[in-house]
Amino acid sequence: MKIFETVLLIGLILCAIACNFTKKLLPAVVVFMSYSTIMSIIWMILQSPDLAITEAAVGAGITSILFFVTLKKINGIDEEDEGRGERKDE
Amino acid sequence: MKRTKVGGKEKMSRIRDDYDNSRWRKIEDWIKGEKDPMDDAMEIRRPLDDGPDTDVQITEESLERTTQRLFKFVNRAYSLFSVCFCILLVTIMIWYITFMPTFGDGNNPVNNEVSQRYIEKGLEETGATNFVTGMILDYRAFDTFGESCVLFISTICVQILLRHDDKEKDTVVNRELTRLENDRLFEPKNDLILQKVSCVLVPIIFIFGIYIILNGHLSPGGGFSGGAVIGAGLILYLNAFGFKKTERFFTDKTFRVITLSALSFYCIAKSYSFYTGANHLESGIPLGTPGAILSSGLILPLNICVGLIVACTMYAFYALFRKGGF
Repeated sequence: MKIFETVLLIGLILCAIACNFTKKLLPAVVVFMSYSTIMSIIWMILQSPDLAITEAAVGAGITSILFFVTLKKINGIDEEDEGRGERKDE
Repeated sequence: MKRTKVGGKEKMSRIRDDYDNSRWRKIEDWIKGEKDPMDDAMEIRRPLDDGPDTDVQITEESLERTTQRLFKFVNRAYSLFSVCFCILLVTIMIWYITFMPTFGDGNNPVNNEVSQRYIEKGLEETGATNFVTGMILDYRAFDTFGESCVLFISTICVQILLRHDDKEKDTVVNRELTRLENDRLFEPKNDLILQKVSCVLVPIIFIFGIYIILNGHLSPGGGFSGGAVIGAGLILYLNAFGFKKTERFFTDKTFRVITLSALSFYCIAKSYSFYTGANHLESGIPLGTPGAILSSGLILPLNICVGLIVACTMYAFYALFRKGGF
């Protein structure tokens, strides 16, 4: 159990750092989502299941969905796809 | 008579000139959108859009050559300073942690008579087997009321920012704008995989959310988590079947009615219970046997209220983000 906990904590720190250093916005949101999921498992281990449910529903679910919708509205996803296509053409 | 009239006119015109040149007038113009007060005052002009002009290119190149070094220096200094600041902040925080009481110590300030009373008399006074809900919705119910109000106010703020006004829908320009802004037209229609998956998942998610809300005083969970789960289920349903299906049961009016009635019921019920409690009166609310579904007095209806508000808020956020309305 101790090993599992340390692995989760290391993953949490890695996710937090990776979220900052991801250059594209869409992967950053996905990393943020995984951070929330790991956090909810840690809440479960710390014996507070109510917080785990809230973290899973709000942090991993609704917040990231709102991020996706905002990215779609400001064309943050499409531009990246176009950029990738251009690079392939070159 | 005539002279005074002329003099008066001159005076009036001078006052008007003074008013025209005053700062207030400029601000008023700017608010009305007639003229930017900084238009003439600013030295920076907009770049010309006459295509690649050789003179402009030469000046830009020379400008770049002279300013590049400065830019590089400023950039480097900025990053160095920010890194130093971050390290300083982290060291101060870690240094401060060493002064905090050790984790799990019996003499910590957390272990005072308040928590002792919650643990010892919580079940007896609130009738809830889940201490956390008993604390949130009984001893500190007004905290939760403030939370629900914050959610309601944030929804109103998002409405102010993102709501799409359909007052002047008839004009061509407005129709074009709504067509562009309305996300409904771009959503995938009849996505079979999503629809089949959500047919199975949405009822389960709803039942799970209702279970969490109704068992808030018995098992972990409560209004907020259950409402968030139900809101997530609503969003999934909306994504699978589109706005047309959700508009049958969830419109602007239902949102207003549900949130307002839930908030006012919460406020009145808890005010009554606090009033009777503070004046040592009989509240007349039966606590029931602890462990049963219909027990612990006001906690169950208050949980339902909070759950309704949270579910409506989550769905309203998503709908407002998607198309600026419900």
